[in-house]
Amino acid sequence: MLRRLHGLPGIALALALAVTALTGAVLSVQPALDRAAAPAIPAAASVADLAAQVAARHPGVSAIRLRADGSLTAAFDDGDTRGVERIDPATGTGLGPYAVSETTRFFTNLHRSFLAGDAGRVAAAIGALAMLGVSVSGLMLLARRLGGAGALLRPIRGTPAQRWHGELGRLAAVSLIMSSLTGLWMWAGTFGLLPETTGANSAVAASGGAPAPVGTLTGLRALKLKDLRELTFPDPAGPADVFTLVTADGERLVDAATGATLAMTPATALERMNDLVRMLHTGRGAWVLGLLLGLASAAVPVLAATGFALWLRRRAARPRISANVPVRRADTVILVGSEGNSTWGFAGTLHTALVAAGHKVHTAAMNEVSAAHLVAPRVLVLAATYGEGAAPQSAKQFLSRLAGLPGQPAVAVLGFGDRSFPHFCRFARAVADALEARGCPQLLPMKRIDRRSAQEFAQWGRDLGGALGHDLVLTHVAEPPKTMPLVLAGRELYGEAVGAPVAILRFQAPADPRTGAPGRLPTFEAGDLVGIVPPGDYMPRFYSLASSTRDGVLEICVRLRADGLCSTFLHELAPGEGIDAFIRENPTFRPAKGRGPLILIGAGAGIGPLAGFVRANAAGRPVHLYWGGRSAASDFLYEHELAQHLAERRLTTLRTAFSRDADESAYVQDRIAADAPRLRELVKQGAQILVCGGRDMAEAVTRALEPVVRPLGLDLPTLKSSGRYVEDVY
Amino acid sequence: MKFVLPAVAATATLLSPVLAEARQVTFETTLKPYGGNGAYLVLYVTDAAGAYKGTLWMAGGKAKYYRHLSDWQRASGGRPTEIDGITGASVGSGKTLKITLDLADAMIDAGYKVHVDTAVEDGMDNPSEVVAPLAASASGKPLAGKGYVKSFTVTF
Repeated sequence: MLRRLHGLPGIALALALAVTALTGAVLSVQPALDRAAAPAIPAAASVADLAAQVAARHPGVSAIRLRADGSLTAAFDDGDTRGVERIDPATGTGLGPYAVSETTRFFTNLHRSFLAGDAGRVAAAIGALAMLGVSVSGLMLLARRLGGAGALLRPIRGTPAQRWHGELGRLAAVSLIMSSLTGLWMWAGTFGLLPETTGANSAVAASGGAPAPVGTLTGLRALKLKDLRELTFPDPAGPADVFTLVTADGERLVDAATGATLAMTPATALERMNDLVRMLHTGRGAWVLGLLLGLASAAVPVLAATGFALWLRRRAARPRISANVPVRRADTVILVGSEGNSTWGFAGTLHTALVAAGHKVHTAAMNEVSAAHLVAPRVLVLAATYGEGAAPQSAKQFLSRLAGLPGQPAVAVLGFGDRSFPHFCRFARAVADALEARGCPQLLPMKRIDRRSAQEFAQWGRDLGGALGHDLVLTHVAEPPKTMPLVLAGRELYGEAVGAPVAILRFQAPADPRTGAPGRLPTFEAGDLVGIVPPGDYMPRFYSLASSTRDGVLEICVRLRADGLCSTFLHELAPGEGIDAFIRENPTFRPAKGRGPLILIGAGAGIGPLAGFVRANAAGRPVHLYWGGRSAASDFLYEHELAQHLAERRLTTLRTAFSRDADESAYVQDRIAADAPRLRELVKQGAQILVCGGRDMAEAVTRALEPVVRPLGLDLPTLKSSGRYVEDVY
Repeated sequence: MKFVLPAVAATATLLSPVLAEARQVTFETTLKPYGGNGAYLVLYVTDAAGAYKGTLWMAGGKAKYYRHLSDWQRASGGRPTEIDGITGASVGSGKTLKITLDLADAMIDAGYKVHVDTAVEDGMDNPSEVVAPLAASASGKPLAGKGYVKSFTVTF
C-alpha cells in the first residue's frame, strides 16, 4: 500500500513535478544574486532621512518599499515623469527604473501556474500535494527498508538506481516537504482560502495642520530603514494627512503635520505566518536556505528517473500465474510473501512445475490467507524478509490472520533473503515456527535461499518432489538474461598436483568479423558477477569477476568441481573458443570509497575478486590480503602478480596459509587468529573487511574474527549492517 | 482578448431595470504593452460631488490584491458585495477589455464620472489613472491613462 502510495503519484505526475522542481531550482538562485546586487543598508539610517532625500528629488513620491528581494524602491508621479525607481539606501539617489526581469517572471509563472492561469495554479497545487505525499511515503519506505526510523542514515545498498534514489531522496526529502507545504500555504492564500489579513487601521483623526518636512517627523525618525517594509505618503487628494508605515511587526499611521504616531495595528499571527512561509518558500531574505532548497529541487528529476527505472524493473518482475485454479479445488496452495515481486517469480516457477506434475495449484499472497486456503491438503509458503526481519509487503497481516483461522495442512516453508544481512530469513523462520506451533505437519524442514540462488531453489524442488513422490524440476530464471559472446583469450591452470584444479580464465569480446577491430567488453567492476550458461543448460552459473572493464579482459577463477557441468565446460575450453555470458552487478561486494584500510580474506578461487581489488588500487590505500590455498608449489594463484603489487604498493601486506604444506600446514583463519592485535588496530582505524570463498571458510573466518573485534565493543552483525563486513560466499 | 458583456445585472443604482429608459454603453480599455503579469483593473462611477456611486466591472479575481486599487478601495470600502457578479479575469499586457452595459439615461450628462484604477504585480499602483465624464459629447473619444492604460473609450 505504502509503495503504491509512493509510486502512483510519482509516476503520474513525474513530468509536472519535474517542471515545478526545476523552475524552483532556477528561481532559488535569485535571492543569492539579489543579495549580491542590492546595496547594503546602513545600520543607523532612519526612514525619515531617506524619505526626505527621495522627496527632495521626487515631489510626487507615493510610496517607498523595501522589497523581499532586498531592493529599496520608490513609486512616484511627478506629473511629467512617473514610475518605480530603485533607490540607493545610503544616499537616496536613484539607481534606475525597477523592473522584474522577463526571465524571472517567466520562470515564476511557469513554477506557480505552468503559464496557465488559475487552472495551472490548481495543477501546481495538486503537484505540491503529490510531492508532499511522495516525500513522506518515500521516507517511510526507506526507513522500513533500512530497519526503522532510527536507521534512516545507514548506508543504502543495492543497484545504482536504488542507491541514487535512496541517497538523493533522503537528502532532499525534508526540504521538499517544506517546499511543498509552504507552496500549498501560499496557494491557499492566493485563492482566498486563508482568513483575510486586512489589518486596516480604523479611521483616525489627523491634526489637519500644515504638513511638516518629512525628514522632521518623529514617528518616521524613530524607525530604522532596515526594518521598513513600506512607507505610503499621504494622498494629496485624500482626506487624511497621514503616512502609513508598514514593518514586520505591524502598521503605523503617522501624522503628516505633527509626526505623532496616531495608531499602531500589530501584525496578526497569520500575517507573521505568511511572512515566514514566504521566506521559507522563496528563500528571499534567507539566500543560503534558498540555495539549499534549490539543490533539493534539482534532485527531483533524478529521483523521478531512477524511481521510474525501479518501478519498471519491479513491474517486469511481476509474475503471470497461469492455470491458477480456485482455492477450493486446489490440492496445493502456494502462499507468497514478497516485497519487490522477485519471490513471486519463484512462486510462478513452482506453480508451473507443480501443474505440469499433475497438481491443482492455487497461488495467492500471504495476506490473503483464509480458512479456505488452510483446508487444502498442503500449503507451500514462499516468504521473503524485509529490513530487520520484518514481514514483506504481501505478508504483513499473515501471522495475525493465521492466528484466527482453523486448519492444519501439511506445510513447507521456503525463506528468501540475503545471508550477509544479520536477520537472514527471520520472517520465514517466524512463519515456520507459527505453523509448527499450530500442529501443521512438515512436508520439508524450512529452507533458506540466499540471494535468489536458482541452484538452491532447484535443490529444494528436488527435495519437495521427493516428499511428494514424484520428480519436480524447478528451473528458475529470474529475468531471462541477455547474453553476449566472449572468447577465451588465455588460461592458467593451478592446483592439479594437489587434486584441486583451479583455472584463471581470461576472456575478450570477439573481434568484428569484417573489420577485425577488437570487440567491446560490457561494463563491470571486480567483484561483480558474470553469469555463464553452459551449453545444453538453462540455468546460469555465477562467477566473481577478478577484473574490471578497464583491464581489457574479463577474468575469473574457476575451481573444477566433480560433476560440475559448467566448471568442466570452462576447464575444457581452449583459447579461441567462446562462451555466452552476461554481467550481474554485485554492488554490495565492493571496497568502500575513501582511503580507509581494506582487509581482504579469501581461500582458493575466492582470491579472484580480491586480486581484482588489489590491481585496481592505484591510489595505494592500505590493503592487507589474507589468502589460503593448499600448496605453495601448486596452487598459489596470482603468485607473481601479487609480488609485483607488493613492490608497487598496491598491496600493503600479504599473508598466505597452505593446508597441505607439511612443514607449515595452516588455514587462513589461523593467520587471522595469529594477527589478531594488528587486525584489531586496523578495524579500529575503520578498516573494511571483504571475504570471498566457500561457505566453510567464511564460517571459520567469522569465528576467528569475532574475538578480534569484540574488545572494540563491536560484533560482526554490526559491521555487516554498516557495510564494513561484506561477503561473497558460495 | 475581448470581454463583451451583454446587459448584466450590475449594481442596481447604476443600471436601469427598465430597458426603455436605458442606453447601451460600451467601455473599452486597451492596455499598454508594459510586459508584466496581468493587470488588475476596476471601473467605477462617482457623482458630481465625487462621491462613490457603484462599480461597473472588476478585472482580477484575487481579493487580496484589491488593496492596490487604492482609490476604489477607499471609495467603495472594498466590500465583496460591491463586485458580486461583475468580476472577471485580469487583463494582460497590451490586451483590451470591452464591456457593454445598459446604463440608466439619468446617469448620462449628469456630472457622473467613470474612474479606472489599475495595478500590476511588482509594478505601479495607479489609482484613478483615467477619469472620464459620462457625457454624450465625450462618446467615442479615447482618453490616455497615466499608468498602464493606453486608451479608454466610452461609447454611447
